[in-house]
Amino acid sequence: MPLVSLRKAGKIYGNGTVALAGLDLDVRTGEFLTLLGPSGCGKSTILRLIAGLDTITSGTLARSLPLDRASIGFVFQDPTLMPWASVFDNVFLGPRLQGLSRRDAAPMVDEVLALVGLGTEAKAFPRELSGGMRMRVSIARALVLRPALLLMDEPFAALDEITRFRLNDDLLALQGELKTTIVFVTHSVYESVYVSRRIAVMAARPGRIAEEIAINAPSPRGKNFRTSTAYAQLCAQTSQALQGATGEV
Amino acid sequence: MKSSGAIWHTPRLAMRYGPPVVAFLAMLAAWEAYVRLRDVPPYILPAPSLVLETLVADRGILLPALLVTLKTTLSALAAAVLGGVGLAVLFAQWKWVERSFLPFAIVLQVTPIVAIAPLLLIYLEAPAAVLVCAFLVAFFPILANTEQGLASADRNLADLFKLYRATRWQTLVYLRLPAALPYFLGGLRIGGGLALIGAIVAELAAGNAGKGAGLAFRIAEAGYRLNIPRMFAALALISAAGIAIFAALSGLSAYLLGRWHDSAAAPER
Ligand SMILES: Nc1ncnc2c1ncn2[C@@H]1O[C@H](COP(=O)(O)OP(=O)(O)OP(=O)(O)O)[C@@H](O)[C@H]1O
Ligand SMILES: [Mg+2]
Repeated sequence: MPLVSLRKAGKIYGNGTVALAGLDLDVRTGEFLTLLGPSGCGKSTILRLIAGLDTITSGTLARSLPLDRASIGFVFQDPTLMPWASVFDNVFLGPRLQGLSRRDAAPMVDEVLALVGLGTEAKAFPRELSGGMRMRVSIARALVLRPALLLMDEPFAALDEITRFRLNDDLLALQGELKTTIVFVTHSVYESVYVSRRIAVMAARPGRIAEEIAINAPSPRGKNFRTSTAYAQLCAQTSQALQGATGEV
Repeated sequence: MKSSGAIWHTPRLAMRYGPPVVAFLAMLAAWEAYVRLRDVPPYILPAPSLVLETLVADRGILLPALLVTLKTTLSALAAAVLGGVGLAVLFAQWKWVERSFLPFAIVLQVTPIVAIAPLLLIYLEAPAAVLVCAFLVAFFPILANTEQGLASADRNLADLFKLYRATRWQTLVYLRLPAALPYFLGGLRIGGGLALIGAIVAELAAGNAGKGAGLAFRIAEAGYRLNIPRMFAALALISAAGIAIFAALSGLSAYLLGRWHDSAAAPER
């Protein structure tokens, strides 16, 4: 059974905007699924619906994971850290809201900070970190409660390419270790092919899935994959699907 | 590195505080020179040196008056902080409270304090009326700023709290209040200055009823007696008090915002 299953789902916002219509999408346990599509096609809307931050206006949405505090992690396009709190306290947010004391949560916070490579920055404040480090903190915050499902909304869009490549690799390594299911949003074809097991290419106005592409490349992926002909071919295929979906041929 | 820092430190301080201090001293010197050269009589314009002399000579009258005014101002400010922040939190938690009470707050805000003071003096003893006036003017900027701050928490962060099923109380304590802190501190700085003004205005309005009271009363009293040097001396004390309050609140602000807020951060080295 899929973790999340959307059938003929539609979303019409209060102002009449039809963001999604007739959307069919499954999120399967353990996969790395990427939503790829042009700006405004409803990618963020889908993540918010899955997270329960918003509700569909037609169709069905079924989750086989409980909507309690620990089951879903969310990473936004901006790190959206609390500027008044140290790195430790930012990551501590989830456990704190669950009622854990700082002392009880310290081991898991320290562990996840080490996982994202920020073991030594626990006491720093967000403004003292680089953009890439802030994004790592944001990922650590989403992962600290070991969610079954991690939703990431264009997390690396604001970063330079080198940092983005490194975070792509680190994210894949993290997923290999934690077995988290990830739904990832991007509008970069190259990024989507590199990280995903499956890409859902979206069409806009109204938002829907135009095509699904399986990326059957071996993992772990790395530099070799990025320079392989298989990668180039998959990028070309995905790019074509995206153009088809947006109506530019 | 350290030694180069030390070398650069002093000139930077000098660059920052030097010009205003020099300008101020130059202005005093020009004033002193003008009075001396033109032989301006002290009951028209006392020289700065005479003002200073008066300040020292009349300290038995002026310092207790300063204490009274300061005490009123600070009590009013403390009450305004409690009331302003408390009401802002209530407003933020329950919209109907805001809809019910915001109009009153606005009416109080837009009505000039000078016009309210005489009325308050009818109902209240002079010291209490002065306190209420100072409170009324300091209250609104603190309320308005804090309220804006509470509503300004990042939308994505608010969603994150929702995702984690945070309670209303947790969202208030861990998200809205910290997000409101810089706004509140801005309101506090404004409120601190206004509290002093409110206290002074009310003391003036109280006139004779405020006998033995604060600095403004001493100014009015000295005015009746054409004791111009003492008026200037009292005025200098009021200015000094205003500056001290502003500096203290700015210091508090820098301390509380410390490492996290851009406004408080040290310039890049
Ligand atoms: N709260 C809202 N109220 C009204 N309309 C909205 C709201 N949020 C999104 N929309 C509209 O819904 C559509 C889909 O928005 P969404 O943010 O999901 O797109 P997106 O694919 O994430 O775009 P981008 O790549 O630019 O982030 C857009 O047309 C947008 O204007
Ligand atoms: Mg989006």
